[in-house]
Amino acid sequence: MSGRQGMRVEAKPAWTDRVNGFVRRVPTWPLYILYLLPVPWLLYLAQTGGLGREPIKALEHELGEIALQLLIFGLCITPLRRYLGINLLKFRRMFGLLAFIYVALHLLVWLVLDVGILSQIWADILKRPYITIGMVGFVLLVPLAVTSNNWSVRKLGPAWRTLHKLAYVAAILGAVHYIMLSKVWAVEPLAYLAAILALLALRLPKRRQKQIA
Amino acid sequence: MAYRWTNTLTRADATPEALFLNRRQLMAGAAAGIALAGTGARSEEALEPNSWEDITQYNNFYEFGTGKSDPASYASALTTEPWSIEIDGLVERPGTYDFKDIMAEMNVEERIYRFRCVEAWSMVIPWNGFELADLLAMAGVQAQAKYVRFETLYRPEEMRGQSSRFIDWPYVEGLRLDEALHPLTIMATGIYGRTIPNQNGAPIRLVVPWKYGFKSIKSIVKITLTEEEPVNTWQQLQPSEYGFYANVNPEVDHPRWSQATERKIGGGLFSPRIPTLMFNGYEEEVASLYEGMDLTRFY
Repeated sequence: MSGRQGMRVEAKPAWTDRVNGFVRRVPTWPLYILYLLPVPWLLYLAQTGGLGREPIKALEHELGEIALQLLIFGLCITPLRRYLGINLLKFRRMFGLLAFIYVALHLLVWLVLDVGILSQIWADILKRPYITIGMVGFVLLVPLAVTSNNWSVRKLGPAWRTLHKLAYVAAILGAVHYIMLSKVWAVEPLAYLAAILALLALRLPKRRQKQIA
Repeated sequence: MAYRWTNTLTRADATPEALFLNRRQLMAGAAAGIALAGTGARSEEALEPNSWEDITQYNNFYEFGTGKSDPASYASALTTEPWSIEIDGLVERPGTYDFKDIMAEMNVEERIYRFRCVEAWSMVIPWNGFELADLLAMAGVQAQAKYVRFETLYRPEEMRGQSSRFIDWPYVEGLRLDEALHPLTIMATGIYGRTIPNQNGAPIRLVVPWKYGFKSIKSIVKITLTEEEPVNTWQQLQPSEYGFYANVNPEVDHPRWSQATERKIGGGLFSPRIPTLMFNGYEEEVASLYEGMDLTRFY
């Protein structure tokens, strides 16, 4: 890692240094608060008609979409560093945890407000592939959220990195879940899947990327 | 025409008329249809029609976009005057029927119907309209006709959603002739006594209350009587999920979601799901049409 960074020093334009310098000075905790503000805002909109005539589905959808965006932000960090030399590594945990929180809220709205009938919830999880896929995605994120602390990183060692590759799978499942619940081929869900697959492709070793291309 | 079918939902089930008139500042002219109130009322049917806002701001009308509020935002671009319906196929008097000429012949009445979308949401809507049977009688149905095929307007310059290619426009729907002639089946031209808004299918749309909402095709410009079962748009798009019949049936699920329950629009964030009724609550009136048919096969 350090060798590669050393090689880049001359080629790296000054603006990335400025970005990285700025990023170093930005604390993470206000961003958590900032990124959780949509929750009360959406609840307020839902109560006051701002989410339309059927606020439950709208709220569910908004939370799910924010979760997907956060997963995508998390996936951007490695390619940004690799190809542009911008280091946002300090935000990765935050994006991951926020994504988990939004997925959990999305699930909660579905469980409590949308369906609310225990037998139907269970039947849906087992019988409806898009719900099954969404549930699997959520379950995969649980161990990641649980181990998203320094103690776990130290304790698990190299296994931590392997474990957290589950985020790739969860992101793909999330996008597929979105595509499957649309009645027609809509652009937006396909765009999410395309973005996720592209960001994952950028992680492949250079040689394999060429083969694929 | 003569009231061959008696509404089980009446004005007594609706918003009290004074409040309704006050709220909508309606002219008393709409009272003609309302005069029906009270006949054959069943008190257990305490259903409340949705608000004007619910009915006109939460729509599926992909001709104007796939979002629920797209039709309300963009349907004003549609010109509904002049309007005519071409009636052809197996009819005695094929031709282009002007909307005004049709309306001069028809007896508009109010029908308060449940409306159940295939997406598991529902409303109760006070339609104004006339029985499709009367319109078909105007053109004269030939003896060998078995099905009715309907077409929505195709006018992409006014219907922005039609620039999208995922649907093979124009939108097409169909009914078996006995379904089309059933007294519950109406052509709606108004809601709450007002002219039907563009986003709800102006100036004239079909309403088949025991079928999922997508059967109730909007802004109709063509009606064809045929011998062959028409292929409707959703069936063509996704034959494993949408059939020709599309009768509301809590026991036959959509492959991707349950049809056992529905949510009535307008209840806010804590609106619970309610059980879906067989044939959307019109079992008594229409079940005989499907006697001996396997409804899981003919979904």
